[in-house]
Amino acid sequence: MNRQYEAVIGIECHVELKTATKMFCGCRNEFGGEPNTKVCPVCLGMPGALPVPNSRAIEHMLRAGLAFGAQIPAFSKFDRKNYFYPDMPKDYQISQYDMPLTLGGEVTYWLEDGSMRTCRLTRIHLEEDTGKSSHAGSGDGRIAGSDYSLVDFNRAGVPLMECVSEPDLRSAQEAVAYLESLRLTLLQLGVSDVKMEEGSLRCDANVSIRPMGTTQLGTKTEIKNMNSFRSVARAIESEIERQIGVVESGARVVQETRGWDEGRGVTHSMRSKEQAHDYRYFPDPDLVPLEPATGAQVESLQQAIPELPWQRYERFTAQYGLNPNSASQLVASPDLAEYFDRVASQTRNPHASANLVLGDLSRLANETGVPVAQSQAVAAQVAELVELLESKTINSKIGKDLVERMWRGEGAPRAIVEREGLAQTSDAGAIEVFVNAAIAAHPKVVADYRAGKTNVAGFLVGQIMKASSGKADPALVRELLLKKLDHNVSS
Amino acid sequence: MASNGEIIERSAAAIARDVNAKSVSAREVADATLARADALEPQIGAYLTTLHDFARRQAERVDQRVRAGERLPLAGVPLAVKDNMCLDGTRTTCGSKILEGWVAPYTATAVARMLDAGCVPIGKANLDEFAMGSSCENSALGLTRNPYDRERVPGGSSGGSAAAVAAHEAALGLGSDTGGSIREPGAFCNLIGFKPTYGRVSRYGLIAFASSLDQIGPLARTVEDAALAYEAMSGRDAMDATSMDRPVETVALRDDLRGLRVGLVREFDTDKLGSELHAIYQRAYAELAKLGAEIVDVSLPTADYGLATYYLIAPAECSSNLSRFDGVRYGLRVDAADVQAMYEQTRAAGFGPEVKRRILIGTYALSSGYYDAYYVRAQKARTLVARDFETAFGRCDLVASPAASCPAFTFNAKSDPYSMYMMDYYTIPMSLAGLPALSVPCGWVTPAGGNHPMPLGLQLCAPLFAESLLLGAAHAYERATMYAVQHPPQVTLEARA
Repeated sequence: MNRQYEAVIGIECHVELKTATKMFCGCRNEFGGEPNTKVCPVCLGMPGALPVPNSRAIEHMLRAGLAFGAQIPAFSKFDRKNYFYPDMPKDYQISQYDMPLTLGGEVTYWLEDGSMRTCRLTRIHLEEDTGKSSHAGSGDGRIAGSDYSLVDFNRAGVPLMECVSEPDLRSAQEAVAYLESLRLTLLQLGVSDVKMEEGSLRCDANVSIRPMGTTQLGTKTEIKNMNSFRSVARAIESEIERQIGVVESGARVVQETRGWDEGRGVTHSMRSKEQAHDYRYFPDPDLVPLEPATGAQVESLQQAIPELPWQRYERFTAQYGLNPNSASQLVASPDLAEYFDRVASQTRNPHASANLVLGDLSRLANETGVPVAQSQAVAAQVAELVELLESKTINSKIGKDLVERMWRGEGAPRAIVEREGLAQTSDAGAIEVFVNAAIAAHPKVVADYRAGKTNVAGFLVGQIMKASSGKADPALVRELLLKKLDHNVSS
Repeated sequence: MASNGEIIERSAAAIARDVNAKSVSAREVADATLARADALEPQIGAYLTTLHDFARRQAERVDQRVRAGERLPLAGVPLAVKDNMCLDGTRTTCGSKILEGWVAPYTATAVARMLDAGCVPIGKANLDEFAMGSSCENSALGLTRNPYDRERVPGGSSGGSAAAVAAHEAALGLGSDTGGSIREPGAFCNLIGFKPTYGRVSRYGLIAFASSLDQIGPLARTVEDAALAYEAMSGRDAMDATSMDRPVETVALRDDLRGLRVGLVREFDTDKLGSELHAIYQRAYAELAKLGAEIVDVSLPTADYGLATYYLIAPAECSSNLSRFDGVRYGLRVDAADVQAMYEQTRAAGFGPEVKRRILIGTYALSSGYYDAYYVRAQKARTLVARDFETAFGRCDLVASPAASCPAFTFNAKSDPYSMYMMDYYTIPMSLAGLPALSVPCGWVTPAGGNHPMPLGLQLCAPLFAESLLLGAAHAYERATMYAVQHPPQVTLEARA
């Protein structure tokens, strides 16, 4: 990026809430299914049907707000956002205009270098999702030029949280790191599946640039159609470059909505501000005002907020001294992070614990499709294994073998080690017997070593380990072997 | 066995008593009422759809339940359902071309409760399109005539239900009242037209005109019938977030008004209604006093702003409520080149002029830049109207006033919208305040150029949730005066002839 300019970025996220039923009716809230099978008079906007709010969705909103330190206002209400669109059953969307369920707050996030940042939130409000249109015959799937359109209302009326950030982000990297922290927090709270591929997390970015060192905001554009965090990063980078190009050429950035073209890697103009709708917001007379801050609910919800991903990230790096990469990888899965926590808290070596969880155990999870936290290798056993390795009771080869056996459900490693005599042999006298035998059995290799091909020592170490049934301390084997090989040369 | 003529004369209470006692079957009552409707509909046009099969099936279910030992509060009572209420499997049109062929896929809560209480739906009754109007003339699908003079309107918007009950094509009617749409046709058709407190009766399945004002209520020939209907349909409904979670007490029908203070609204001076009407209303107030009520003077200083306030709030809500009639999922669709043109042509062809007028007014009032000046201001005025009533009810238990400024008028007499809007002058303030109110017959007047005496209605209004007091007082007045039975509807004579 051109160092003369600073980017100013705000993110708007739409998050489908995880509830048993839709926002204003009893239809199931599930992704997919045969079109128009999860519908009723209410979510189809049939004449005479009325909305009744889902209290679970409101609770999810309050939990999210509290997790981000937002203010829960005394009063809140639902408003109607009026515009015509075929996949919107009532031709108005029940949303929140000037009195959202939560105000302010901030998302704390971290960058790859481990530094912590915050981005303020403007508000989080609750609304209903629309149906899904598909347009046939236009070639590009857009409504313009299509022969006919089909609408699936299964998604219509699904509770949707809109989370609007302040323009506190300064780069595509910050934007993605913000999104990741937001995503993990909502996942951790259990308020959403936050799956971009299923549309339960969707985001738009507001981007502007300004000369470095100035504080006035430039004209922003809103970027839509970003389908992954990767495309968010690419789209923002591309838009920043485009805006710098516009300004450098002496022109002005136009306030407009731009779509991200994933294939061509550029944004294109969708509509300008002049074409913006007048949504004619007004309080929905079918719904009564909410008093979210009233009663003991907020307090009990506040108390039930778990440790959040960014707090966990900070603790893993501070308390356990993990590097940013390992800490990020663990925090990326709330279950895995909790599992690691249980392992690490029972061992003296958090690094070894992290390596084991992110290494062998995660590999086995990938191979078998069973998440680590749900596997038969329970945290206490893994901690035991770390301790066995840490105390050099067993060597790493036996350790790897025991990981596989714990995964298969063979039980506690210490018991296996004791039952099968797998403890590492650190008795120099015993190892020396194996060393001598190996030297005697492989005179050609010994000769090669002494002729300067020192890398063949590894072969001899392998032979000695094999002869010890893998139990010999490999470091000690190497030490004794080399001493013997080198000693005889000089003698 | 009772003759058909005899059966259709009975009140809802009498029918329910007789069906429960098995002296007549619900099926016999249904057949008699359907025969009556078949004979009179060419003259009256109360119904947009008659439900012969549905009615007979429901009547037989009622008879089965009665035979099984159940006692149903409205056993076998023939019911007219205003055609803006959904009844599963029946055509539900709102009197509009845009819903002309639409068959409801579910039943409105209030209707379901009436059926569960034993009612038998005879038909879906005509109305001003989407309940917007005060004469029933705004229906796009049929003309309804006043049974007391067929050259005159039945009132509106619940004109079909009112005409059906007045002509004995049903014993009870369901109406909806947004600014007077039950009370005014009640007054025009010599009936009790009762609008309960906003939130008393579920609006689920009532096709919305103005959500914050719409309320379902009964049209009945006696206060007792209105009370039975009210008890059957009110109460909390989990499907309507605005329905109130308050117990519905059994109505205590009174025989006098002793211990009650009745407020007469200074701003509703009846002098301006002409000497004949003035005399009738003064006599009505005197009768209230004779029944033991203490008459007190109260003021509603903001009453004059009621109409203007109403004609911002109601159109604003309707402009949004009626958006869904877009040709995409149900109802009329006019095919066009693209979706935008389809919306425009469908709505242009589907809505009548009054509906379009209100959608335009409402859209304008909610527009960016005008919202604060119109909608927000109207909401503030609405609060003031409600406060006026609170103050008045500090001095009295009930407020009495005319229900309308004139008796039923002739067709096309109110062709400019404003004079039609003025018909709701006395009823709108109560709607804005959400208060329970009813009209009860209070006398007759033969209009200039008219051939028959036409009924007039006295409006009584009570504090929020004081329905029992309101109906109880109306019962005392009805019992003492019996104006409703002074003149029979003109059609009854012809049908008997």
